[in-house]
Amino acid sequence: MFDLRDLYQQVIVDHNKSPRNYGKLEHFNHEADGYNPLCGDKLHVYLNVNDTGLIEDVSFEGEGCAISVASASLMTERLKGSPLADFQQTFEGFQHMVTAELDEEPDEETLGKLAVLAGVREFPSRIKCASLCWHTMKSAVEDSKEAAKTE
Amino acid sequence: MFDINKIRSDFPILDQQIHGKPLAYLDNAATTQKPRCVIDAISHYYEHDNANVHRGVHALSERATAGYEGARKIIAGFFNARSEREVIFTRGTTEAINLVASSWGGANIRSGDEILITHMEHHSNIVPWQLLCEHVGATLKVAPINEHGELIMDAFEALLSERTKLVGVVHMSNALGTINPIASIIDKAHAVGAKVLVDGAQAAAHLAVDVQALDVDFYVTSAHKMYGPTGIGVLIGKESILETMPPYQGGGDMIRIVTFEKSEYNDLPYKFEAGTPHISGAIGFGKAIEYIQSIGFEAIGTREKELLAYATAKAEAFEGLRQIGTAAEKACVLSFVLDSVHPHDLGTIVDREGVAIRAGHHCAMPVMQFFKVPATARASFSVYNREEEIDALFSALKKAQEIFA
Repeated sequence: MFDLRDLYQQVIVDHNKSPRNYGKLEHFNHEADGYNPLCGDKLHVYLNVNDTGLIEDVSFEGEGCAISVASASLMTERLKGSPLADFQQTFEGFQHMVTAELDEEPDEETLGKLAVLAGVREFPSRIKCASLCWHTMKSAVEDSKEAAKTE
Repeated sequence: MFDINKIRSDFPILDQQIHGKPLAYLDNAATTQKPRCVIDAISHYYEHDNANVHRGVHALSERATAGYEGARKIIAGFFNARSEREVIFTRGTTEAINLVASSWGGANIRSGDEILITHMEHHSNIVPWQLLCEHVGATLKVAPINEHGELIMDAFEALLSERTKLVGVVHMSNALGTINPIASIIDKAHAVGAKVLVDGAQAAAHLAVDVQALDVDFYVTSAHKMYGPTGIGVLIGKESILETMPPYQGGGDMIRIVTFEKSEYNDLPYKFEAGTPHISGAIGFGKAIEYIQSIGFEAIGTREKELLAYATAKAEAFEGLRQIGTAAEKACVLSFVLDSVHPHDLGTIVDREGVAIRAGHHCAMPVMQFFKVPATARASFSVYNREEEIDALFSALKKAQEIFA
């Protein structure tokens, strides 16, 4: 039987307890709000992209369940120091992982640590918790004025 | 004699396993389960009597009409309405409030008038009034609550004035369990000339309501929180007020004569029931009320008090748990947060133990804002719940704490 520990892996519990890159950046040139109207999760992301197109710094703040906080924390770890041009591909890779068929193994090679969130597929009502931060980051990257929503 | 095993056997859905554990359904404030008699009444209607109401002269239409109108009569009796003309079927509580806001409010609320609600209202008793206020230039006032989740009556009274045209108040809060002193609220509102709408969505399955004794102007509720089907509810309004109100929606059934120049509206209650109604829903609603009557509010009240007391004692002894809503007068709802676990994670974790609870803002965001929590976990009880199910909830909470330890 599916175990709760597959969803709440130690990495997730740990990132929830001590989120990385939490708080407002001093210097940022992109930001966005994200909101899940269903459960009230709120997120704000900050992004500082340098002249060479590298994500120099990234952070988030807000409140939410363990899945949404851990997912945001893991996302910032992943994006920090990576080229902005790669964002869309990473975004799509993550989206694919959390919505793929259950028997499809996550592509750990490209997803890296993000693969720990593959367990949300077993919990349809929780997929949005994991993907809210990615939608919010997409809004920030695209400088969308509208708050990102998962609905 | 209250026989829990007999009552549980009336609800076929309860006898199942979820993730290999016996189902403990503790989400009754969201919707209650349906007894066999309600399910059978709906099936019987579709298998034997289905037809449109109020228009056919054939046998099936007469049976469908008799079933539909029979349900109205049961509902009128249950709430002690003066007559069936005071019983308007709606899609639910939300539509009933919108009907009053649009029809009565549109005709009676003017710029400078005030509508008074409370801080513990469900969104359905906030937003229709906001829309009305925006439309006509009236002001929405909100009576405050205290840290137990009780209405502060002095503050409520201080907000009442001759400008107050309507008071909208929830009978029992879905997020907190608080039971409001509606008799006294109605008296005080009437003293300044205001009409009163009571949102009975959460209360009607748990408390006896006598609309005449209360002298309430509008009482609204939904069948699905009373062991009946979804998609049907009721507005019970004073005939003298309903008579003066313009129709809410136009269409078939609500008219007497239609020409392109002018239409003449039908009598009460049909004036407010445009279109083919939810006939099977009404029949199921009537049957659900007979089911409640067969147990009786005395037995229901006693049993539900026992369950709440049992759960509250466990909650008080549970380390790291904070109850949200500790009113002296409350029923059936245990809303709470845990120190270390977000309500949504709790909802998922306890579900794996077979326990169904609600996690979220319960469509009462202002209540969450008052208690400074993003969401709560809520266990809500019904007459068919057992102490073992509450035990299952608390063992599951322990498990959640261990995962996040």
